[in-house]
Amino acid sequence: MKNRNTFLTQGLVIFSLICFMNTSCNTNQNGSSGALDNDAASQVYVAPGEYDEFYGFFSGGFSGQVSVYGIPSGRLLKVIPVFSQDAEKGYGYNEETKPMLNTNFGFVPWDDAHHPELSQTNGETDGRWLFINGNNTPRIARIDLTTFETAEIIEIPNSGGNHSSPFTTENTEYVVAGTRFSVPYPQKDVAIDSYKENFKGMLSFIKVDPKEGHMEIAFQVLLPAFDYDLAHSGKGKSHGWTFFTTYNTEEKHTLLEVNASQNDKDFIAAINWKKAEEYIKAGKYKEIPAEHHVNRYNEKSHVATSTLKKTVKVLIPEDCPGLVYFIPTPKSPHGVDVDPSGEYIIGNGKLSADLTVHSFTNMMSAIENKEFETTIAGVPVLKYDKVVGGVVTKPGLGPLHTEFDDKGNAYTTFFISSEVVKWKLGTWEVLDRIPTYYSVGHLMIPGGDSRKPDGKYLVALNKITKDRYLPTGPEMNHSAQLYDISGDKMKLLLDFPTIGEPHYAQGIAASKIKDKSKKIYPIEENEHPHRALGEKATKVVREGDVVRIYMTSIRSHFAPDNIEGIRVGDKVYIHLTNLEQDFDVPHGFAIQGARTAELLVMPGQTETMYWEPQKEGVVPFYCTDFCSALHQEMQGYIRVSARGSNTPLKWSLGEPDEEE
Amino acid sequence: MILPRLLMVLAGLFMLSLFIWPMWKITLLAPQYPDGVEMHIYINKIGGKTPGTLQNVNILNHYIGMKKITPESIPELKYMPPIVIFFIITAFIVAFLDKKWAYWFWTISLIAILLIGLYDFYLWEYDYGHSLDPRAPMKFEGESFQPPLIGRKEIINFTAISLPHIAGYFLGTATFFGMVATYIKTKNTKS
Repeated sequence: MKNRNTFLTQGLVIFSLICFMNTSCNTNQNGSSGALDNDAASQVYVAPGEYDEFYGFFSGGFSGQVSVYGIPSGRLLKVIPVFSQDAEKGYGYNEETKPMLNTNFGFVPWDDAHHPELSQTNGETDGRWLFINGNNTPRIARIDLTTFETAEIIEIPNSGGNHSSPFTTENTEYVVAGTRFSVPYPQKDVAIDSYKENFKGMLSFIKVDPKEGHMEIAFQVLLPAFDYDLAHSGKGKSHGWTFFTTYNTEEKHTLLEVNASQNDKDFIAAINWKKAEEYIKAGKYKEIPAEHHVNRYNEKSHVATSTLKKTVKVLIPEDCPGLVYFIPTPKSPHGVDVDPSGEYIIGNGKLSADLTVHSFTNMMSAIENKEFETTIAGVPVLKYDKVVGGVVTKPGLGPLHTEFDDKGNAYTTFFISSEVVKWKLGTWEVLDRIPTYYSVGHLMIPGGDSRKPDGKYLVALNKITKDRYLPTGPEMNHSAQLYDISGDKMKLLLDFPTIGEPHYAQGIAASKIKDKSKKIYPIEENEHPHRALGEKATKVVREGDVVRIYMTSIRSHFAPDNIEGIRVGDKVYIHLTNLEQDFDVPHGFAIQGARTAELLVMPGQTETMYWEPQKEGVVPFYCTDFCSALHQEMQGYIRVSARGSNTPLKWSLGEPDEEE
Repeated sequence: MILPRLLMVLAGLFMLSLFIWPMWKITLLAPQYPDGVEMHIYINKIGGKTPGTLQNVNILNHYIGMKKITPESIPELKYMPPIVIFFIITAFIVAFLDKKWAYWFWTISLIAILLIGLYDFYLWEYDYGHSLDPRAPMKFEGESFQPPLIGRKEIINFTAISLPHIAGYFLGTATFFGMVATYIKTKNTKS
C-alpha cells in the first residue's frame, strides 16, 4: 500500500510539472476541457420531467424553418415550419397552408431564414410573436407564440435578398427589411453593367398591428445601390432611429469579394423613422406600383389566405431632409448592434482590425452642427471623428456581431479567429476571450439585443463543424456552443448540433411563454368552411369531378372509413376534422399513392388533402401518428373505380348492426 | 332566538351554490395524463376541468366497452334542480315559520334525499362498471371498472378518485346547519 501511495504522489508531482510547463492545462486556453468538468455537466442538466429556464429560437438558415431549443439543456423542442414546405406536418402541402408560401413569383416552397426576432414592449421581449426574415425571395414571417405556428408571411417588394431584417423597434411598432442585393428600381430588363445608373437599394419599414400582429408595409426609403447587410433599431434615448450597415459602397456588380472591399470605410445608414412618419403624414411620398402578397393564417377557420397588395409608399431622401444620415464605419461592417442603454452603436467592421463604436449623443450633435463630409444622393455623410465614441483596439479577427449582458459588458464574435471576446462598454478594454468550434457567426444572449439582457448564458452559432461530432458523411449539421457568462470568465458548458444553419437565435425566459401555450383548438370555435363537427356531419359530396370527403377522426377510427364511388381522374378533397379535445392527441392521415404529404391534424383543427386517384383499385388510408392503443386499427379503404364508371357514391363506418 | 332561523337562511343560500359549481368530481390519474382527467358532476349537467373532459372519459371508456356517458340519458340531471329549488324555498319558509316540526321535517327529508342520492349514484356507477359491451376491444377477466363511491381505487392503469366538489361541501354544510338549527330549536322549545 505504502509503495502504491508513493507512486501516486510521484505521478501527481510529475503531472503538475507538465501542467506548469504546458499552458494547455489551463481550462481558459482549452475550452473543451471546460466542458468535461462536473460543474459544467450539472449546469446544463435538466432532470427528466423538468423544464429548461429559457426557450431558444434558432433560425434554420437554409432549411427555411425555425427550431426551438431548451436552454441550457440544448434539447430540441420543436421545428416550426416557416418558409419551407414540411412534409412531416403537411405545411405547404395541405390546402390550408399552401397560400402561406404564395409570392409575386407564385408558390415558392423554400427560403433562407436568417434572423429570428422576438416582439418587444418597452424594449423588453414580451413573448407574443417571433419574426423572421426570408432572404432569397424577400419575405418576413410572424410566428404566433401561443401556437408556435407561422401566422403570417409578408412579401417585400423592390428588394433582392432580405438580409437586414426583421430587427424590431422598441415596442414592435415596426420590423424592418433592408435589401442586401440592390436591384433595378423599378425592376426591369437592363444591362447588368448599368448598375450605377439603374440599381437602387431599398429599406422597408413594416408596421405591426399591436393587437393582432398583422403586418403591412408602411413605407420604403430609396437609397444608393449599396448592399444593406444588417440592422438594429435604437432603444431608450435612440428610440425612433434604425441603423443599417452597408458594404459595397463601391457599387460594384461583379467579383465583389475584391471589388467591394476597397473602401476604407463603408456606412451605417441611420434612419429617423419618426421623421419618416411625419413625411408620410405630410404626403411627401411617391406611391409606386409594387405587387406583393400578404399571407395570413386564420386560427379559427384554420385556413390561410393570400392577399395581393399593389403599391407601396416610397420616401426619397432628396425630398425628405433629416430622414437619413450615413455614418462612415470601417470596413464592410457586418452587424450593427445597439447597447441596452441605446447610447452605443457598434459597427462590427468585418475586415477591420479594430471594432468601431459610435455614440448616439455624438451623432445627434454632429447632425445639429452639420458636421458633414459630403452628401450622397441627398444623404449627408457625417464626419467619422465627430460620431465615433470609442474603439476596441485589436480585439480579434473578423468581428461580425455583438450582444450585451446586464452588467455593462459586450460580447463580440470573431469569425476568422473563431472566438467570442468580452469587452467593457465605455472603457473599451478586452476582459476575456474564449474559442468557438468553429468560425462563429451570430451569438445569442437571451434578451441580448434588448434593453433587458439576461446575462446568464451565451450561445455561439457556428458556421463550420468539422470534427465536433461523430462524422455523418460529407455533410454535417452545424454546431452551437453554450457558455456560462455569469462570472468574470466565460465558461464552455455544452456543444450541440443544430438544424440547417443556425444563423441567428433569440432567447427568452420560458416563464414569458409557457403558460400561454395552447393545448388544443376548441372545436366549437372551428370555422373551417368544410368542417365536420361530429360524426353525424360526415359525408361525401360529388359536384362533377370534384369530390369532397368530410371526414372526422377520434380515437381510434375515421368516420367514414369505407368510401366507394370515387373515380380515376376525380379531384378529391379530403377535409379531415380532428374531433379530439385532449392535449397532444393529433391524428395523421395518409393515403396510398397520394402525391403529396400526410396531414397532421391537431385537436379541434380541420385540414385538407388534395388527391387525384391515378389507378383503379381499393386503396387503404390510415392514421400516421401513433394516437392510442388501437392506433394500428385506425385505418380505412377507398374504392377507386374507372373513369366514368357507375359505382354509386357511398360511405360508412361500422357494419349496419354495429351502428348506434 | 334568531340563530336557528339564521342557520336556515344560510342553509338555503348555501344550496344555491349547486347551480354554480359541481357537487362531485371523479378524477382519473395515469402517467400519460399528468394533469389528470377530472370529471365534474353538477345537479343538471356533467362537465370537467376542460370542455373536452367528458369526451375524453368516453374515449377511455370505449376501449373496455363501458357505456357512453351522455347527460341526456341520465334523468336525475332533470329531477335534481327542482328538488334543490324545493329545499331552498322550504329552508326560507322554515326560517319564517320558526316551528320545531318544520325544522325536523326539512332536515330529515334532506338527509333522506341525500342518502337516496348517494345510493342512486352507486347504482349508476355499478351499471357503468359492469354493463360492458361484449364486443369491447379490450377485455379484462374478473376486473371491475366501477369507480369508488367515495375515496380512491385502482382501475387497471388508472387511479380513480371520487370526492365531493365545491357545491358538495356547501350542500354538506347546509345539511349540518339544518341539523344544528333543529337541535337548538328543539332544545329551546323543551326549556
